[in-house]
Amino acid sequence: MALRESALFNREVIAEIQRAAREGVYDIRGFGAKRRLPHFDDLLLLGASVSRYPLEGYRERCDTNVVLGTRHAKRPLELDIPITIAGMSFGALSAPAKEALGRGASAMGTSTTTGDGGMTPEERAASKTLVYQLLPSRYGMNPDDLRRADAIEIVIGQGAKPGGGGILLGQKISDRVAEMRDLPPGIDQRSACRHPDWTGPDDLEIKIEELREITDWEKPIFIKIGASRTYYDVALAVKAGADVIVLDGMQGGTAATQDVFIEHVGIPTLPAVRLAVDALQELGMHRRIQLVVSGGIRSGADVAKALALGADAVSIGVAALIALGDNSPAFASDYERIGTEPGFYDDWQEGRDPVGISTQDDELAARFDPELGGRRLANYLRTMVLETQTLARACGKSHVQNLEPEDLVALTVEAAAMARVPLAGTNWIPGTPDG
Amino acid sequence: MATGTEPVVEVVDLAQTPLRDLNARLHAAADGPDAPRRWRVSNPGGRHAIAVGLDAPFEVDVDGHVGYYCAGMNQQAVVRVHGNCGVGVAENMMSGSVVVEGNASQSAGATGRGGLLLIRGDASSRCGISMKGIDIVVRGDVGHMSAFMAQKGRLLVCGDAGDALGDSIYEARLYVRGAVAGLGADCIEKEVHDEHAAEIRTLLDQAGIDDVDPTEFRRYGSARELYNFKVDHAGEF
Amino acid sequence: MCGIAGLFAKSPVITEHLGEHLGAMLSQLNDRGPDSAGVAVYRDPVPSGASKVSLFSPDPHYEWGRVRDGLAGAFGGDPEPEVRASHAVFVVDADAERAEAWLRDRHPELRIMSVGETIEIFKEAGLPSDFVRRFALEDVQGSHALGHTRMATESRVTTQHSHPFSTGLDLCLVHNGSLSNHNRLRRELQREGVTFQTDNDTEVAAGYLTWRLREGADLREALEGCLRDLDGFFTFAVGTADGFAVLRDPIACKPAVLAETDDWVAMASEYRAIAVLPGAEHANVWEPAPATLYVWERALV
Repeated sequence: MALRESALFNREVIAEIQRAAREGVYDIRGFGAKRRLPHFDDLLLLGASVSRYPLEGYRERCDTNVVLGTRHAKRPLELDIPITIAGMSFGALSAPAKEALGRGASAMGTSTTTGDGGMTPEERAASKTLVYQLLPSRYGMNPDDLRRADAIEIVIGQGAKPGGGGILLGQKISDRVAEMRDLPPGIDQRSACRHPDWTGPDDLEIKIEELREITDWEKPIFIKIGASRTYYDVALAVKAGADVIVLDGMQGGTAATQDVFIEHVGIPTLPAVRLAVDALQELGMHRRIQLVVSGGIRSGADVAKALALGADAVSIGVAALIALGDNSPAFASDYERIGTEPGFYDDWQEGRDPVGISTQDDELAARFDPELGGRRLANYLRTMVLETQTLARACGKSHVQNLEPEDLVALTVEAAAMARVPLAGTNWIPGTPDG
Repeated sequence: MATGTEPVVEVVDLAQTPLRDLNARLHAAADGPDAPRRWRVSNPGGRHAIAVGLDAPFEVDVDGHVGYYCAGMNQQAVVRVHGNCGVGVAENMMSGSVVVEGNASQSAGATGRGGLLLIRGDASSRCGISMKGIDIVVRGDVGHMSAFMAQKGRLLVCGDAGDALGDSIYEARLYVRGAVAGLGADCIEKEVHDEHAAEIRTLLDQAGIDDVDPTEFRRYGSARELYNFKVDHAGEF
Repeated sequence: MCGIAGLFAKSPVITEHLGEHLGAMLSQLNDRGPDSAGVAVYRDPVPSGASKVSLFSPDPHYEWGRVRDGLAGAFGGDPEPEVRASHAVFVVDADAERAEAWLRDRHPELRIMSVGETIEIFKEAGLPSDFVRRFALEDVQGSHALGHTRMATESRVTTQHSHPFSTGLDLCLVHNGSLSNHNRLRRELQREGVTFQTDNDTEVAAGYLTWRLREGADLREALEGCLRDLDGFFTFAVGTADGFAVLRDPIACKPAVLAETDDWVAMASEYRAIAVLPGAEHANVWEPAPATLYVWERALV
């Protein structure tokens, strides 16, 4: 007799219920949303043919540079490529991993971002352009690092957990991490979910003014939001005074968050981009306040489509770690020893990463070579940029930012409605007056 | 003018001078060997971000009420507000001292990592929220949710404390002389031993408070039950 | 998110310049509320049996004379309107219920901003400092007033969405914060017969107060009901014929400053909006405690 699995109570769900009955606490893990969601894969680019003409590779320019923070800052960020490295903490990641991110980003003329734990000297030394996060926890926050930074990113939330605070479990609160965060070593760190000295965009405006005054108006102020009520959130970030908006869709990764939070809160990156661009356009601020989009960016195709929808740049987190070596098949036996396999490993919160990236264990971290990691990241970034250029040239664009929504069609009704582009082969955009 | 014995006081009138100029001059003066060390700011009119990001052993006196984030991220300087202050006075202070002659609004000394914040009046809610090493002394009362997630440093309150004192507290030490309306999650009263008694006296000395009996203070701190997640405390998370 | 302000005159010198002072307060709240502004002024009480109505027309060339003629024909008297920018205030020789019913029936193109015996509400999209100028607030005298500057959170920027919201005769509400259970509450109130013009959360709070008062609660009970039945963050200021009330939610993250001198009592989101009032440097300044009702009434002062 054939075994029949329930779609509702499948093996994964059964295992999770059994685990909850054993442990009495929610499951915390790393990585981003794992379930299938409408995404850029559901969009296609319309290459040139008879009515449009492509550009030749190599000889005919397809530029990729982007400037972030033109609105108020004396020194906006000038990046060579429209891909940045997203905020990830020292604590969540090992020191050599942070160094590798800096090396790879700098080699390609782009920026990295600190995370919920502050700035390390290694990262500042390795990153030519470093964005410094101001989070609800304010771990390690200090004005010297604020002045050393190239930009300041006020974090309201991240895609994996809009409305949630940071988590770092005891096994990763090493002596060094504890000291940076002013915490006792070995405890489970709970971060606040709201900022301690402001709540709401009206008071955020005053906070931004303070940060500008402290840094003599030199540095661009970014505001990072997890995608949720994106249209209103972006309008409010504009009104609060943001120079750049960083928008992280629900697919965005995390080092440690409750699984239910990751999978069931927030909206996918696809509709979020469109909503953000709508808000910016209605306020007359598109391209004047730059939009950086993250949450499931994996290849040049994702980059090109995000830009076509109106983003100025994208940011990568999970993809960058994979490029560094996370989930590498070279460590198959190590993964087996901790009960998993390459390609499935997401228990970053445990700090037992055999590759040495999401761990604070000195021995494991020592396995990770930051120079090699940096080269791998640079290779990956270079590949994505070449892919983006290839696609942009095929659409006849001499700058990747000249991609536009009309270069896209959708494969599914959901994607068409979310991205507001027509279903392929039709004029139909579900949900619009003409559609 | 300077005679060699009288310190020069640089006066800036915020009714005439933009805030940007004041802060820019204070920042630039940190590097200049001949720059004034003493400053007086008049007509603050409740403006925000006055004397923020200072990093020099200056003395700054502000004559009147200030808005949010006065002396934010202060390093080395002594800032005195002769009036009340708005939200987040001395937020994330690193060193130096800030004195508020009047009352402080919420989140006074928020996430402060060093230095001394002295409030001669009352502080409202969330005094010392997320403090990371700062010392805060309040002559009057503090409002609810004070010392929320307080990690390190000392909060000494000569008056009363509002509800939910020290909710989710880590290793900061709280001393309160008056009534405590309620304790937050994982915050308990603890015995005052010799080292704490000495600490209380030191804090009162630093604050220049000599009309208060140091033995009347009670100590509050973390029960440390929430440091590692246990099923029995699931309700607190 | 927003800025709110309230001013209650204790002496004639403030009554004579009420609008000028409130306008100065609102201009200080431009930054935290750039989308729209509004005021509720309490002045010129009408004779018993009459009522006062504040009307808005989106048409910049609206002929208010037609309304005057219609009202005169229906109720008698000579109801010459006082026109301020897009609004007109009429004194009608009839009680509020009849006046309102007639207007809704005969002039559905107009919006009724307030009804009562002393209240006048003006509100408009645009920068607060522009609003103060357009509505000539410097000419306005009165016993007390509330003001609001808006930064829209989850609903649109229109005149209708601006605060103050009128909750009943001589009553109004301004709000700084963001409610989190207003959608379900709106549907429940609609079932109770309360009508709403917008999807705005503050309008729901105003409707809640109207409903509680209609069901027999006094103002204090209705406001205390807010603490129980409304979820989210709020600093409320409520205007009544006799004075005003201030209430913060129990978490109290949104700011509120109160100040008092011999000549006035004032409330604002930021001290700098109070700093512009005469004698502010020597005022008694304090913050309202969370979940605690503060009320100032003419009879008590």
